[in-house]
Amino acid sequence: MGQVVLKGINKFFDSVHAVKDVNLQIRDKEFMVFVGPSGCGKTTTLRMIAGLEAISSGDISIDGNVVNELAPMDRDIAMVFQNYALYPHMTVYDNMAFGLKMRKFEKPEIDKRVLEAAEILGIGELLQRRPRQLSGGQRQRVALGRAIVRHPRVFLFDEPLSNLDAKLRVQMRVELKKLHLRLGTTAIYVTHDQVEAMTLGDRVVVMKDGVVQQVGEPLELYNQPANKFVAGFIGSPAMNFAAVTVTEANGSLIAENSGLRIRLPDETAQRLRGHIGRELMLGVRPEDLTVAGSADLGHPCFDAVIEVVEQLGSEILLDMKVGESIMVASVEPTARVRVGDKLRVAMRPSRLHVFDAQTEAAI
Amino acid sequence: MIEGARWRKWVFFYVPMALFLLFLLFPFYWMVITSVRPDGELYRPWNSSNYNPFWTWKPTWDHVRYLFEETLFASWLWNTTFIALASTAISLVCGVFAGYALSRLNFPFAGSLGTAIFITYLVPQTLLFIPLAEIIRNYRLGDTPWSLILTYPTFLIPFCTWIMMGYFKAVPKELEECARIDGASRWQAMLYIVIPVAVPGILSAGIFAFTLSWNEFIYALVFLSSPEQKTVPVGVTSELIRGDVFYWGPLMAGALLGSIPVAIAYSFFVEHYVAGLTGSVKG
Repeated sequence: MGQVVLKGINKFFDSVHAVKDVNLQIRDKEFMVFVGPSGCGKTTTLRMIAGLEAISSGDISIDGNVVNELAPMDRDIAMVFQNYALYPHMTVYDNMAFGLKMRKFEKPEIDKRVLEAAEILGIGELLQRRPRQLSGGQRQRVALGRAIVRHPRVFLFDEPLSNLDAKLRVQMRVELKKLHLRLGTTAIYVTHDQVEAMTLGDRVVVMKDGVVQQVGEPLELYNQPANKFVAGFIGSPAMNFAAVTVTEANGSLIAENSGLRIRLPDETAQRLRGHIGRELMLGVRPEDLTVAGSADLGHPCFDAVIEVVEQLGSEILLDMKVGESIMVASVEPTARVRVGDKLRVAMRPSRLHVFDAQTEAAI
Repeated sequence: MIEGARWRKWVFFYVPMALFLLFLLFPFYWMVITSVRPDGELYRPWNSSNYNPFWTWKPTWDHVRYLFEETLFASWLWNTTFIALASTAISLVCGVFAGYALSRLNFPFAGSLGTAIFITYLVPQTLLFIPLAEIIRNYRLGDTPWSLILTYPTFLIPFCTWIMMGYFKAVPKELEECARIDGASRWQAMLYIVIPVAVPGILSAGIFAFTLSWNEFIYALVFLSSPEQKTVPVGVTSELIRGDVFYWGPLMAGALLGSIPVAIAYSFFVEHYVAGLTGSVKG
């Protein structure tokens, strides 16, 4: 079992309110990812769950028991640190066995568990080496192994992949996912990389300035972001935003600003009836923009001038000037476009996001 | 290294380096040569025809023999070793714990306490020996090794604490946090993780503390009076300079033998331990 519940968690560092009233239920066996820009309070929250940081107010419970006052060692958790924190004076074997020795396990049991973990992670030949004789990826595996051998109720990961190079990171990401499927232990994972969050998480918590912005499954965050911050943070390249005013003409709603004038599709218009004449923020993802063709008849369209063409092979990113603002479109690699071209761009009506300009909440 | 023509390397690197080494090593050379030179050569006037201060053709062990047979040099060596080891041990233990506490435990005034400890190190011994002499006298410790073993830590503990503070700050705190999650108490985390990782720092603090107490002069001069209690620096200078007569041969032999243990401590420990205990974190 490994159910973690945070109830009204707050953290103050002197006068800085680092974590603000976080309420969360992390289910047993779930892979929960905390994501957000640096300083958003995600690592602090993780450290409070670990018991490395005191809670200013609120309750943390694991499997129904409040653990606020418990020392880290008594919470039955294992943590993998960003810098791995391997004990430099011990061999890989001793690094992995340390936690079991501290808990007074029998020698044969320690042996069995360490070998088992080494087997899972493919570090069997490295057991007698010392950390400084290992590559970054190997160190990462040892750090994981040290967590696995303990068979804890919850794994805590603090940006474990951020010290690896890009290729290795992708590889380890897949392995982490497999490992979680195999072990089925609840995992709480902190990262600032939205790709890691999307690929690893059963659910994702997006945080900003110590406040939870949205909790949900990866696609839920992607398709129905709760506010402008989540919309802009999840997805790469980031969502395009345009400040517009909504007016009514001939029974349909028009969103416009200096360079843009589009007729809002009916389903969006339904939601915006109450906002006529107000400032709104329109959001559309780069992949929902296309070079307008015959298939886009009736879709909202606007004019744009291409400023930069980025060839990625699988797609082309177009940086376009739309009125005063810049928008990015991701189009088919076969599109024939050049810098300076004037284009008619269509957007997929069902994929239009609208946010309140003041509160930034989704409408 | 200096790039370019070979003569540039010589002019800007090898020659200055050689001059510097010569300057630095000359006193040692002088010490060695004086300690094996027969008295007849040592006291030969400078204007005599066969005057040759830099070399001798008749090296002798007489001075060393004199040291061990006619003076209490062997006891001085033993006293110095015992006192230096004991005071270093006391100071290291205190320094390690104090340094750990000051750098890792967040308690009020930790920062200012650290500075205060360092300031006590800056009080000159030439002032401090006066009140200390009073204390030593009151506790009837005068003329015993304890008078030094207990007073040397007054400057060794601040020194060790300061070095260890810096060293503990460099040990990533994640190591300790990880150990505590792994099931170690604060005490165990310090014992099994932090201290082993800080061994290079402990060794360097120990070597310096040992050297400082080995060479210490003024407390030893003031607190010890009977010849058999003296340490090497005091014994050699007080027993081998009689009035205005300098027994140069035994003096230099004593200085030479007195500096050998320190040299061994340095080369042995520095080579062996200080290098290569890194690589725990990051990739």
